[in-house]
Amino acid sequence: MTLLQSDDVSFRYHGPWVLRHVSFNVEKGSFIGILGPNGSGKSTLLKILDGILTPQEGMATMDGRSILTMSRRDIARRVAVVPQDYAGIFTFTAREIVLMGRSPHLAPWAFEGKRDHETVNRVMAQTDTMSFADRSLEHLSGGERQRVLIARALAQEPRLMLLDEPTAFLDIRHQVEIMNLLKSLNKEEGLTVLAVTHDINLASLYCDRIILLDGGAIHAEGPPAEVMTTGNIEAVYGLPVVSGNHELTGRPVIMPRIEE
Amino acid sequence: MSFLSSWSIQPVTPGRVFKICLLLLLLFFTVAVVSLFAGAADITLVTAIRDLLPLEADSHKALTPSERSILFSIRLPRVVLAGLVGAALSMSGVVFQALLRNPLADPYILGISAGSAVGAVTGILLGAEIIILGIPGMAFLGAILAALVVFGIAGTGRRLETSTLLLTGVMVNAFFSAVILFVFSISDHLQLQRAIYWTMGDLSLADDQAIIYTGFFLFIGMAFIYRYARNLNILATGEETALQLGIPVGKTKILLLTAASLVTAAAVAATGTIGFVGLIIPHILRLTVGPDHRILLPAAIICGGAFLVFADTMARCLVSPAELPVGVITALCGAPYFLALLRRRLST
Repeated sequence: MTLLQSDDVSFRYHGPWVLRHVSFNVEKGSFIGILGPNGSGKSTLLKILDGILTPQEGMATMDGRSILTMSRRDIARRVAVVPQDYAGIFTFTAREIVLMGRSPHLAPWAFEGKRDHETVNRVMAQTDTMSFADRSLEHLSGGERQRVLIARALAQEPRLMLLDEPTAFLDIRHQVEIMNLLKSLNKEEGLTVLAVTHDINLASLYCDRIILLDGGAIHAEGPPAEVMTTGNIEAVYGLPVVSGNHELTGRPVIMPRIEE
Repeated sequence: MSFLSSWSIQPVTPGRVFKICLLLLLLFFTVAVVSLFAGAADITLVTAIRDLLPLEADSHKALTPSERSILFSIRLPRVVLAGLVGAALSMSGVVFQALLRNPLADPYILGISAGSAVGAVTGILLGAEIIILGIPGMAFLGAILAALVVFGIAGTGRRLETSTLLLTGVMVNAFFSAVILFVFSISDHLQLQRAIYWTMGDLSLADDQAIIYTGFFLFIGMAFIYRYARNLNILATGEETALQLGIPVGKTKILLLTAASLVTAAAVAATGTIGFVGLIIPHILRLTVGPDHRILLPAAIICGGAFLVFADTMARCLVSPAELPVGVITALCGAPYFLALLRRRLST
């Protein structure tokens, strides 16, 4: 069943087109990776899917309804976004940040109730963030902070989670930790995940489908085995590469072609 | 410090907000009572209570008419106005800091107080006093103008860097100071004497009218801003995050900006520009009650009031029987505090 649809979306800020006729479907329960070089329109696409930017042509729809007809609050109850990193000021604790995820479900004057605190406890347990719940976010490591931001997104109880390079500032162990967490949420909770990433190999290992963007248009789309070919990657990134297969999963892995 | 930090991480509930407010109100009333009985005329609390209680008939222990007049017609209105103005400046400081995502954003430093002063002074020159709320209305126009400049520079989405904030504030202040000097130079002597108060921050002009309109706008602004207390928490973590968490950021920012400017303008129209209240009080409170605006806003309102009552008591008593403008006291405390804060921010 289709949850989200990008229907012939074209977008530009003031200059040239950033996205051109981008169409794809996000099926419920899928794990999709969006790949592409810098400036290929990945982050812009996420903002259109979240209703923050308005495309000049085409539209993003959720359950067949245009995102732009929904209020910010309606969108936030369905779609949660995980940013690259936390950029706020003031020393909010991890728990306070996760509690903010309940905001789209609360009335203007309301304080968080019992159910909100239960939800927050549950998602903090899921993301393994309980042990530093009362510590200020600025005193956490990058990986810990990222898990808190995922917990905040989960607290929104969304149907779709959008991630904008969630592992950009993390080392390989923390990158894998985050991807494992997303995969288990996807498998066990049925959460639909759409992640923009620069890491083509992690995307290949974790995603069901990959959308490869080039210059604002879709170059290739499909399962990793179909999209992650040396031909596609060389065409899009302009870099000679060699490919192999992951020993355990058989999924394609791509490495730059360098001479010894 | 561990006591303070464990106090501030408890979950925010209406009960906790109520308890903290009650505690701080106690502090406020203590400061207010001390202020009422401090000063050149030696009136004690005991005689005042005796005077108010109808039980004792021995009239020689009660207040003399002149003492009664000092207490209830001079000191009491002054304490009330100081409380209202301090509360107003402290609250708008909290709002500006969250919206600009910079803890140094204070209405005085940003130039919003100076904008209000220009509005008020121009109002006096044009004779806007004959219209109801003419002066605070003009102050509001000036405040909005200054706020638009500051928020225009800050742009949308980004947080206002400290250096940009300070430079913008310096320029906005320089411009409005020049306008005020210009207005002074073309006004006649009588108007000049009245107008000069707006630039010094002075509570000695406390009259019923100023108390009524400052109180009125403070309560309107307070009710209005508190509705967005939870949204202010989220806005402080970033504008894009706020959109993603369901807040219509553009609309909310305009509403909060207008409310905070209105409250600042009412305070400035009543007493002139008093600096640093909106900087010191929110900063100290974030360290004690935590950064959640549902507690921070009411705490800043009460403590801002208490601080200005205290500062005005100092202004009355330090060089007694002469008086200092209260702005001198807040600047003497505030400027070093600001510099210490700035140094810490720049070193991290």
